[in-house]
Amino acid sequence: MSTERIVGIDLGTTNSLVAYMAGDRPVVIPGGDGSNLVPSVVALDENGQIVVGNPAQKYLIETADHAVYSVKRLMGRGVEDIRDELKLFPFRLADDLAPGEVLRIKLGDKTFTPPEISAFILRQLKRNAERYFSAPVTQAVVTVPAYFNDAQRQATKDAGRIAGLDVLRLVNEPTAAALAYGLDKKETATVAVYDLGGGTFDISILKLHEGIFEVIATNGDTHLGGDDIDNLLVTIALHDIQGDLGIDVRRNAEVVQTIRQAVIDAKIALSSKDNTTLEIALPGGKHYQREITRAQFEQLIQPVIDRTVGPVRQAMKDAGLTPNQIDEAVLVGGSTRIPRVRQLVEELFQRKPHCDLNPDEVVALGAAVQANILAGRSEATKEMLLLDVTPLSLGIEALGGVVAKIIHRNSTIPASATEHFTTGVEGQTNVAIHVLQGERELAKDCRSLARFDLKGIPPMPAGLPRIEVKFLIDANGIMHVSARELRSGKEAEIEVQPSYGLTDEQVENMILDSFDNAEDDFRQRQVIEARNEAEIMLGALEKGRGNPVWERLSSQERVSIDKLETALRAVMKEDDYRAIRTAIDALNQGTMRLAELMMDSAVGAALKGKTMDTADVGEGPAAPHPIAQAEIE
Amino acid sequence: MPQTNHDYSAGILIAGPSKPTKVGCWSCGAMRAAHFCQQCGKVQPPGPVDYFAFFGLPYKLNLDTATLEREFYLLSRHLHPDINASSSSQEQQWSLEQSSQLNDAYRTLKDPISRTEYLLRLQGMHLEEQSTAATEEARRTGKAKKQVVPPDLLEQVFELNMQLEEARMNKKMGEPDRSLELELQDTRKHLQVKYDSMMDELHTAWNAWDALVEQSAQGGNILEEDRAAVRAKMLDILNRRNYVRNLLRDIEEVLE
Repeated sequence: MSTERIVGIDLGTTNSLVAYMAGDRPVVIPGGDGSNLVPSVVALDENGQIVVGNPAQKYLIETADHAVYSVKRLMGRGVEDIRDELKLFPFRLADDLAPGEVLRIKLGDKTFTPPEISAFILRQLKRNAERYFSAPVTQAVVTVPAYFNDAQRQATKDAGRIAGLDVLRLVNEPTAAALAYGLDKKETATVAVYDLGGGTFDISILKLHEGIFEVIATNGDTHLGGDDIDNLLVTIALHDIQGDLGIDVRRNAEVVQTIRQAVIDAKIALSSKDNTTLEIALPGGKHYQREITRAQFEQLIQPVIDRTVGPVRQAMKDAGLTPNQIDEAVLVGGSTRIPRVRQLVEELFQRKPHCDLNPDEVVALGAAVQANILAGRSEATKEMLLLDVTPLSLGIEALGGVVAKIIHRNSTIPASATEHFTTGVEGQTNVAIHVLQGERELAKDCRSLARFDLKGIPPMPAGLPRIEVKFLIDANGIMHVSARELRSGKEAEIEVQPSYGLTDEQVENMILDSFDNAEDDFRQRQVIEARNEAEIMLGALEKGRGNPVWERLSSQERVSIDKLETALRAVMKEDDYRAIRTAIDALNQGTMRLAELMMDSAVGAALKGKTMDTADVGEGPAAPHPIAQAEIE
Repeated sequence: MPQTNHDYSAGILIAGPSKPTKVGCWSCGAMRAAHFCQQCGKVQPPGPVDYFAFFGLPYKLNLDTATLEREFYLLSRHLHPDINASSSSQEQQWSLEQSSQLNDAYRTLKDPISRTEYLLRLQGMHLEEQSTAATEEARRTGKAKKQVVPPDLLEQVFELNMQLEEARMNKKMGEPDRSLELELQDTRKHLQVKYDSMMDELHTAWNAWDALVEQSAQGGNILEEDRAAVRAKMLDILNRRNYVRNLLRDIEEVLE
């Protein structure tokens, strides 16, 4: 069994995080800048390089056409799905999009599909984890909104592959949160998880029983979240600016972005204060200012947060439960920091919701718990098992455009269904099957997943072939199909035309195209880091040579140090980071006495005449890097 | 190692309760051995079993759902893909198939109606909504499948359909008719009582069926026509129940 760590990743609309299980506790891994959150922003810098997270933020305002955010909204969707989205979000689609093609977004003069942009974010998280562990990370559990459909899940998995990550499991975000909360819970309880994030809303009802987390019902809206609140405020500000100041800045992407940032700050302020002032500097030296009270804010956002009520009621109905049968309600997602949202949840479940864990981090922590369950070697999670459900019914199109449901929503996954098909014409060798996802009666109102062409059916009279088609939804919520002709026993050939999403071949090409091949990338960074350490070591050694104590070493010791130094300088030219580190360690050992002597003289100088016997200096040099320690002086 | 190829005695499905069930015992867990090894815990290749056989259950309709749930949890702890995430790809595939079978079986058996429908389907009987005739009709007309009106409801349904039509019109025009709404609420109450009473009818039929299964397990000789009569009774109850459910749904829609 490999000893490689499996990380848990929350790939969010607004922020993304990576976490792992440190012993019996999940912990978020900070980035190089010390921050736990990586903003889900991707930009192309002046040199045409991809920048992700905090460093990418400034491009949103400086060169808005070189940056993109909230790309999660576009995952697994087609052009016709996102017309409304385009009015509210500054997504710039490629000009040459063919109908039915996977969306491509312009970033400067380049174009990328949503899975590729998500892959940039995943790759950044992967790097953060590798930096933290000083070891490669290639396996992950990634969270998705519970209400994500097949195409959106597939797109997320593709993003992982493009980023060089083997996505072992997609976990639903509210379920992940329940895992993080339920780590110590052993008793039986019914829990409702209300997850209102930056762009998505989920509600999940779970039954906890002796470590089993059984989802009973889930519902949601994959296009409802904090972004919608921001858009309301942005619209008002734009309207004000046009009315009061007479300037139309709607076409100015940079200004719109400045306004967006200002309203987000105001929104956050209103969670703890009763009023705040929106202040925006406009081009031409003009200034926009507006006071917003919490009461006004709450009235404004009421329609947005009311949209969560329907899904909550439906989930409760599907679970066959009334609010008083819910033992605990849990809040997840940044938007649940808004007091009015908390109040609504309290009304819905008639109890104070839990929010002990940071709502921004809890999903990533839960993903780390699930990663640990999959790795299967921890005492903390060995009793835990997650039984999730499919959020949407799976159906096939019958004659007349009616959908025949074959796997109902809220079925525990993995789930399967077997259907039999036959031919309508003598000698017919192909049968087409249209698979859909959704709750509506007619195919045109459901989400098309794929069209399957069953080929190679032996020619027989009409109605005689019996083709058995097995539909299976795996533990990730992703559908698989296999078919067999029963009379001939022949495995039928299936040609899949996914309605949305990348083909395997496209994903493969994107992996090859990606400018840093994962494995190679890791090695190169390790080499660079090892060289940097070696430079520091050699610099310290130079200082040591200049120190009077150098003369106190025996000539043999000095020759030995010289040899080790030569060896290190030689391996530094090579690309073997392990050899460089070995040489550093050897030099480190070889200069131990030099470091001690330097230490003593430094201490001696500091103590001004006190003898070593009486001075309280502990037990000699304790630092792992003796020469560096001497630099204290 | 336990046996991996069970003789599930396909005869059970065809001959119904005239033969005793040959699959393992519920309480001693012998059936579990078909799914995972009792010694090393490894997932076994899935076999072609029906849902009753999957749980090692006799083909009875009275079922203790609390015990079923316990067994479901226990089997989940061995069969779920998360438990077998670091096994070989062959074992992972078995785990995926076994746990989807487990989930499908549990979902079907825990609900009294779907359990009854499933047993009838095993016996080659289909509800009207799912019958070949209904499918052919739907295919020919391109419309959703329609059901035959139960004779005792014929008159009431005729009137109800007219009322529903009128109420839909009123709703569209935005002119609600209070007295019509009250009448519909009355009908709904009446139908709901009928609907609930069908569950009692069904329980009586279950008991009759289970008695036959028990008798056959004791080695008794059961006449095919006795079994056919109970099956027909259950099918009739379910068909009528579905019909009333659809009526209730229609009223619900209008009154919303």
